[in-house]
Amino acid sequence: MGIKIRLFATLREGRGKEVEIKAGEGMTGSELINTLEIEEKDVAIFLINGKDATLEDTLQEGDVISIFPPVGGG
Amino acid sequence: MYGYTGKILRINLSTGDVKTEALDKELAKLYVGGRGLAEKMFSNEVDAKIDAFSPENKLFIATGPLSGTPTPTGGRYMAITKSPLTGTIASSNSGGRWGAELKFAGYDMVIMEGKAEKPVYINIVDDKVEIKDAAHLWGKMTSEATKMLLEEEGEKTKVLNIGPGGEKLSKIAAIMNDYDRAAGRSGVGAVMGSKNVKAITVKGSGKPEVADKDKLKEVVKRSNAKIRENGVTGTGLPTYGTAVLVNIINENGVFPTNNFQKATFDKAEEISGETLAEKHLIKNTGCFGCPIACGRHCEVEDGIESGGPEYETVWGFGADCGVSDMKSIIKANYWCNEVGLDTISASCTIAAAMELYQKGHIKDDELDGLSLEFGNNEAVIEWTKRMGLREGLGDKMAEGSYRLGEMYGAPELSMSVKKQELPAYDPRAIQGQGLAYATSNRGGCHVRAYLISPEILALPEKLDRFDVAGKPEWVKIFQDLTAAIDSTGLCLFTSFAMTADDYADMLSAVTGFDYTAESLLQAGERIWNMEKVFNMNSGITPEEDTLPPRLLNEEIGDGPSKGNKSLLGEMLPAYYEVRGWDAKGAPSQDKLNELSIK
Repeated sequence: MGIKIRLFATLREGRGKEVEIKAGEGMTGSELINTLEIEEKDVAIFLINGKDATLEDTLQEGDVISIFPPVGGG
Repeated sequence: MYGYTGKILRINLSTGDVKTEALDKELAKLYVGGRGLAEKMFSNEVDAKIDAFSPENKLFIATGPLSGTPTPTGGRYMAITKSPLTGTIASSNSGGRWGAELKFAGYDMVIMEGKAEKPVYINIVDDKVEIKDAAHLWGKMTSEATKMLLEEEGEKTKVLNIGPGGEKLSKIAAIMNDYDRAAGRSGVGAVMGSKNVKAITVKGSGKPEVADKDKLKEVVKRSNAKIRENGVTGTGLPTYGTAVLVNIINENGVFPTNNFQKATFDKAEEISGETLAEKHLIKNTGCFGCPIACGRHCEVEDGIESGGPEYETVWGFGADCGVSDMKSIIKANYWCNEVGLDTISASCTIAAAMELYQKGHIKDDELDGLSLEFGNNEAVIEWTKRMGLREGLGDKMAEGSYRLGEMYGAPELSMSVKKQELPAYDPRAIQGQGLAYATSNRGGCHVRAYLISPEILALPEKLDRFDVAGKPEWVKIFQDLTAAIDSTGLCLFTSFAMTADDYADMLSAVTGFDYTAESLLQAGERIWNMEKVFNMNSGITPEEDTLPPRLLNEEIGDGPSKGNKSLLGEMLPAYYEVRGWDAKGAPSQDKLNELSIK
């Protein structure tokens, strides 16, 4: 299944802004970040289609994933 | 006294009298300093019903007990007055170096009262205080006036001033300091202008005494380590600045676009913190004693550099006006600093004017050839200048978006609370932030309670942003803790890494008073209730604890937050109850007694 991943801030280093992957059915968020060689401690915000999700959640065909490291401001 | 200098400088501009007074130690224990202490003194001295521009209004520039000490970010000050924009008590915060320098000169705060007959500036060099003629400075942009004052008073002087915006009484005028730092919100710059004060220059040779140097060393070391190791304060903010939020807020579908008509901006990447860092950033800068250094320094055009832009500014002149050209945003930010306007209120007023134009309220013949269409790059730069100088339609816009809307019979198009423009987060799908906006004691504002932290950024833990459960309690704690931190003299950004215990330990070590996390939070609650009482006395009604009709009645129509609207009505009664207030939002006498508010 096709999944689009949008990366932000320091997570772009060496990976680029956007990655598209072909994943096996039932892939979880954890498996996804392993594939991208992102450590769990560097994931502060994990969105599936703009909604908060966890690394345990299972991804679906066509999902857009947004991953942010710890950041803030205001 | 320790931490505090123990001295207040009181200047009567009508008579020219300058005197020093002793700081009230007992009041300082209850209200900490900065925002809390100066507001309490202000509310004791000033009738809440006065016109903000009358000589009876006063303007306090106040530091906190940690300002000018070796604590992280101790360079800030607060401007306290009655706001001409909102009619509430105003406390507007700024960084840079000016606040610390006032402490070095030997003062906890400066109080300006009355009104000078002609333009003046105040020069403070330790014990020597003079009121000097400012005829040659009046009308000058803030950077030029700053350069002239540095030449006159010496390059080590720190300069705080207003631009044409404040001189011409724009209700959204800022007080600027150190060139590009701003006490931006609530029109504090206009109150300074109404008193005919162009600037305050200060140079000091002392430093505040600390009660327990060893303890302070230990707590500062501990706190600096936390700030360094924290992902937000140690990496995110120094690398990308506050504009790193652009993509986060847009990906969540709560990034107000075209005056809150949409909640996603398809060109967000072009105005993101990542793009700013990659293409426009010259260097990052830090305020006095700051280990974070989130400040941006960007090229405006050939040979001109300027501080900023911050996240709110990028959003306001960007998405909220439909503009995706970062260079235009940087220029608009530069002109805000030059004419001395608040970047949030100025950009949102342009966005409101654009919708007033879109809907046919403002006609072409009022524009003097300058478009007000969403997405026009030139508009955000030129309308900012015209607002600051009150030229053409800019004269009406200088009154802020609510009054502008009123002039055209459409105040509902102003995205504001208590007439102050809302910042960069659509509260229709961040329920706690909506409650925080509606109940803010200075009108539309994100830094009275930054619920974005738990609702979006998962700090200190993740809350469901669509849910109202528990939000009244969270809002109260954030409001109270923020009021306390604001009163210490430190920057709110330290709270991404530091806890209430850290602040309490730091305050105890510096002042010698015995603070705990609990007593600090109670001081924050005391400050919040005192502000509320002032606002009620000034005539703010319970009906004003609300949001613009669009955010209450119209669902978000695009992006991942589609279908949501604010559920303020479900949260507000519970919030009043959590606060110990009555159904109309008035603090009970029992609550005031419990908090020793007299």
